[in-house]
Amino acid sequence: MLAVQGVSRSFGGVYAVRDVTLDVADGEVCGVIGPNGAGKSTLFNLITGHLAAERGEISFLGRRVDRLAPHRRARLGMSIVFQAARVFRGMTVRENVMVGLHGRTSAGFVAAALRLPRHRRDEREIAARADAALDRVGLSEWADRPADQLPIGQQRALQLARALCARPRLLLLDEPASGLRGQERERLAELVEELRAGGLTILLVEHDVAFVTRLADRIVVLDLGRVIADGPPAEVRNDPLVLAAYLGQSA
Amino acid sequence: MSAFLTYLLNGLAVGCAIALIASGLVVIHRVTGVVNFAQGTFAVVAGLCASSLLGLGLPHGASELAAVLAAAVAGLLTGLAAVGRPGTTPLSSLIVTLGVGVLAYAVEIVLWGDQPRSAPGLAGSVTVAGARIQTQHLLVIAVTAVAFAALALFFGRTYLGKALTACASNPYAARVVGIDVRRMGLLAFALGGLLGGLAGVLVTPMRPISFDSDVTLIVNGFAAAVFGALTRPVITLAGALLLGVAETMAAGYGYGSHQLEIALGLMLVVMIVQAGRRPAISQEPT
Repeated sequence: MLAVQGVSRSFGGVYAVRDVTLDVADGEVCGVIGPNGAGKSTLFNLITGHLAAERGEISFLGRRVDRLAPHRRARLGMSIVFQAARVFRGMTVRENVMVGLHGRTSAGFVAAALRLPRHRRDEREIAARADAALDRVGLSEWADRPADQLPIGQQRALQLARALCARPRLLLLDEPASGLRGQERERLAELVEELRAGGLTILLVEHDVAFVTRLADRIVVLDLGRVIADGPPAEVRNDPLVLAAYLGQSA
Repeated sequence: MSAFLTYLLNGLAVGCAIALIASGLVVIHRVTGVVNFAQGTFAVVAGLCASSLLGLGLPHGASELAAVLAAAVAGLLTGLAAVGRPGTTPLSSLIVTLGVGVLAYAVEIVLWGDQPRSAPGLAGSVTVAGARIQTQHLLVIAVTAVAFAALALFFGRTYLGKALTACASNPYAARVVGIDVRRMGLLAFALGGLLGGLAGVLVTPMRPISFDSDVTLIVNGFAAAVFGALTRPVITLAGALLLGVAETMAAGYGYGSHQLEIALGLMLVVMIVQAGRRPAISQEPT
């Protein structure tokens, strides 16, 4: 599904990500963990296209994507949920979810402005899809509220609804659990489990080791920009290199 | 009293022309975060094109339409220069639009010379409640009303309008949902050119236009756009009408040579007030 091959990126001569190789198989939940400054966010941005790799290749669904702009990668089927609240202000929650689907409908300006039948049919269809996605993440009651009024946890749920609405092949989650309280975190974990059961491929970049260990089929550990371990959670957990990296961090 | 009413109605017409310039600024700024200093140039290009085409014997309507389309193309080209390269910061783009404006002077002088040109508009006048108003002024008011209504429909109801709004609100997230932010920016510039061009062809019959008329136009338009914090079309319209009426009143009651100073003064006051409230030009970093 996703293949990252020998990718590097430096800032001011210091490597944030160095020669990283990782594969995400179809239907797998892959977790990427690492201490602060390990290069998790940089790797995430390289995969989404918000940063350009200096070396290496990234393939998605068998196609080179490392020179494609972020919106092109999104259209290929990568959906992204950011840690930061990236909602569209001045729109309702439902409109926020619908906006990404607009480009995929057919009715033009005249049809939309005059509310012609074809436009109304499109509109109903994507509104229904948006509502289904909102229901799934537990935001149904908020659908008609302005998106910027949502608390941080709900804003992340909104991003998740927006991502799911696009019917992604690969869901990319950047620190989805950060800033969430216990109950919200539990709901998020249950949702990810549901999505995995539905066969969705997920790449989860996360600081919270317990959260990743619970959800991931496989964990990749980054430290100082390099991959230091790659394997099933139980195996990675007891890896001496990983333990050293985390102990070094806390000491 | 009827003199007052005449000034008021004429002022509204002047204000409408300003509003069209300002709306172009707002559309471009909302979507790209760029303050487009070439906005007045679009009006000049359209005005000069219209006068030439009419001079060649093309009928009314066709000439104006072609001139407005020429301005839209000018807008698109400006957009290509200013935001065509991904990763250009709004501040760099702003400087590029200034450069485009200066370059346009040279092109305009080569094509049209440096003398002011006029174009015939709608002749005649009508009397409303004892006040005489030129038909051309009524036309300006009508076109502006239609243009603002169309803009509201476009941004409020259409998918493309929503996508443009999304780019304005959060370009980062817009990319993530598959919106081509660069293309939307170019579209905004073309739309800005169209609106500027509309202002140009409407103004030219009222006051002759030359290559450097863009300064007056942009100062007025910018004052109105700043009034609406560069993002809010309705407040911009209100600001433009206020400005138009204030300037016409000043001219009518004997301070005709101070119109530009009034616009500048108002702009300064509004900017100071806006800056005190919150950063008017604030956007999430991409």
